[in-house]
Amino acid sequence: MAKRIEASNVSSYYGSFKAIDNISMTVEPKTITALIGPSGCGKSTFLRSVNRMHEVLPGARIEGRLTIDDQNIYDSDVDVTAVRRMIGMVFQRPNPFPTMSIYENAVAGLKLNGVRKKSLLDDAAEKSLRSANLWDEVKDRLNRPGAGLSGGQQQRLCIARTIAVEPQVVLMDEPCSALDPISTLAIEDLMFKLKDRFTIIIVTHNMQQAARVSDKTGFFSIDKTGEPGRLIEYDDTQKIFSNPAQKKTEDYITGRFG
Amino acid sequence: MGDFPSRSANANAGGPGVTSRHAGSAGPGVPPIPPDDRLGNRPPLGGGGALPTKARFSMESGFRGLSTAAGAMVLVIIVAIAIFLVSKAVPALSANTENFLTYKAWFPNEAEPRFGIAALAFGTLLSSVIALLVAVPIALAIALFLSHYAPKRLATPLGFVIDLLAAVPSVVFGLWGRDVFSQPVQDFSVWLNKYFGWLPVFGGDGPFGRSILLGSLVLAIMVLPIVTSLSREVFQQTPGMNEEAALALGATKWEMIRTAVLPYGKPGVIAAVMLGLGRALGETIALALTLGTTFTISFNIIQSGGNSIAANIANTFGEANATGRGALIASGLVLFAITLVVNMAARAIIYRRREFRDSAA
Repeated sequence: MAKRIEASNVSSYYGSFKAIDNISMTVEPKTITALIGPSGCGKSTFLRSVNRMHEVLPGARIEGRLTIDDQNIYDSDVDVTAVRRMIGMVFQRPNPFPTMSIYENAVAGLKLNGVRKKSLLDDAAEKSLRSANLWDEVKDRLNRPGAGLSGGQQQRLCIARTIAVEPQVVLMDEPCSALDPISTLAIEDLMFKLKDRFTIIIVTHNMQQAARVSDKTGFFSIDKTGEPGRLIEYDDTQKIFSNPAQKKTEDYITGRFG
Repeated sequence: MGDFPSRSANANAGGPGVTSRHAGSAGPGVPPIPPDDRLGNRPPLGGGGALPTKARFSMESGFRGLSTAAGAMVLVIIVAIAIFLVSKAVPALSANTENFLTYKAWFPNEAEPRFGIAALAFGTLLSSVIALLVAVPIALAIALFLSHYAPKRLATPLGFVIDLLAAVPSVVFGLWGRDVFSQPVQDFSVWLNKYFGWLPVFGGDGPFGRSILLGSLVLAIMVLPIVTSLSREVFQQTPGMNEEAALALGATKWEMIRTAVLPYGKPGVIAAVMLGLGRALGETIALALTLGTTFTISFNIIQSGGNSIAANIANTFGEANATGRGALIASGLVLFAITLVVNMAARAIIYRRREFRDSAA
């Protein structure tokens, strides 16, 4: 299931603006990797480069290699939709489809993949909602609108929707920044559970969260506004938070940044 | 210091009175302002002293009365129109020697008035429905092209041209349909009749040309801009994060549109179609100029003929006597009822899945 991600010399551009510069990192299967750093330092840009979602914006392009189990996802003959099916994404703000019920949201990805058989969809809906620790809360109201749930439940519904298509990798772009602490805890528990099946990369502004959930941590930073973001340090989370090699990293995690 | 307290004296304090205005409005926690501070003598803005009394006549109550009157005026006007129409229509209807709802001819000006709405109502509905069947798919395709496919440089001027189409007066469309467009439609009708004549809608022995088909196609061109620009508007309002969610699940662009854009825009599209239908049902001069003016109920759409309520009013109002005018007003009431039913049906469709829309963030 889970796959290794290898970025080598990845630079990303929006038009003529260089957003990230020369990022190289390897993410092992079935681990959680946290990306931390100040706003605008390119964490999200890098994350969106991993499943080619940054291309959605006009003028966006990339240089370098990004491989999933040695397959370069930017090869010209690679189908971008296949990449995104293999590498799911959870966004900062919960974004269930407002016109769909909880059930329809959970199986939306499968329907996009052409699954039509009711029994298959039913099984997948239950399985993914259970995996997202949401089943017990919604099993009696699967036909209610997905947007009627609380923020934390919506975000778990979005996670269920993402993992229902059985991706190899799950990218999370500040998944808890719009949630209260209890919902945040629920999502963090969920991430530990999902680690058995998926490779997870999470962008977070919450350093305690990075320290709690991740195996490895990457620290991104920029020298000043307008400069591209760089990967300053990438190591075991334990090491980053106790004994970082770079002065910049230490300044950031101890709150002396800027 | 004297009368002019220096800036630095206030600046280093931080707490008491950064400006006298703040100090005046603050509660008891702030130290009193020195009596020599001139500005401090103003009446306090937020606290302290007696509360001012309420003004008896204010902008608030004035505007409230104005808007209430405006709202009430709508009801008064509608009731007045309804009373007028009914009072004019009833004498004509009681003088009618045939059944108004089922009779298929229009002779209200004779000594024994005979007239019925059946053929007119049928022609109105048939031409409008065909016009929508032609216009709506094209309009939705244009709207999606403008909102999601076309580059911005192209979308803006093209959208402007579409809106321009809505500004063309209907009499221009009518004359164009009668004098220019009727020839190709006639040729097309002959072709349809030759190869698809075995279908009742394309049957008959001619003459072809000034038919329901011509009227409907002209109507379709007229409703196209309304449906297009409203649909484009709602498609553009689709939340970007829902589009991204679909794309991140591995949707192609068209799949993303089907998953996120179309369901989100559905109520708006229905409203747009209903506005278009309203225009088609009420369209007068374009149909008066293009239809063949017969009183038959036939699904044959290529044979010359056809009529509609509004076109009939325009064509016959000039030579109508008192009973004739009453009869035409009665037909106008029927058109009003049809439009009302259509609008209510549209509202019912829109409200059915309301909870799914209202809960959307």
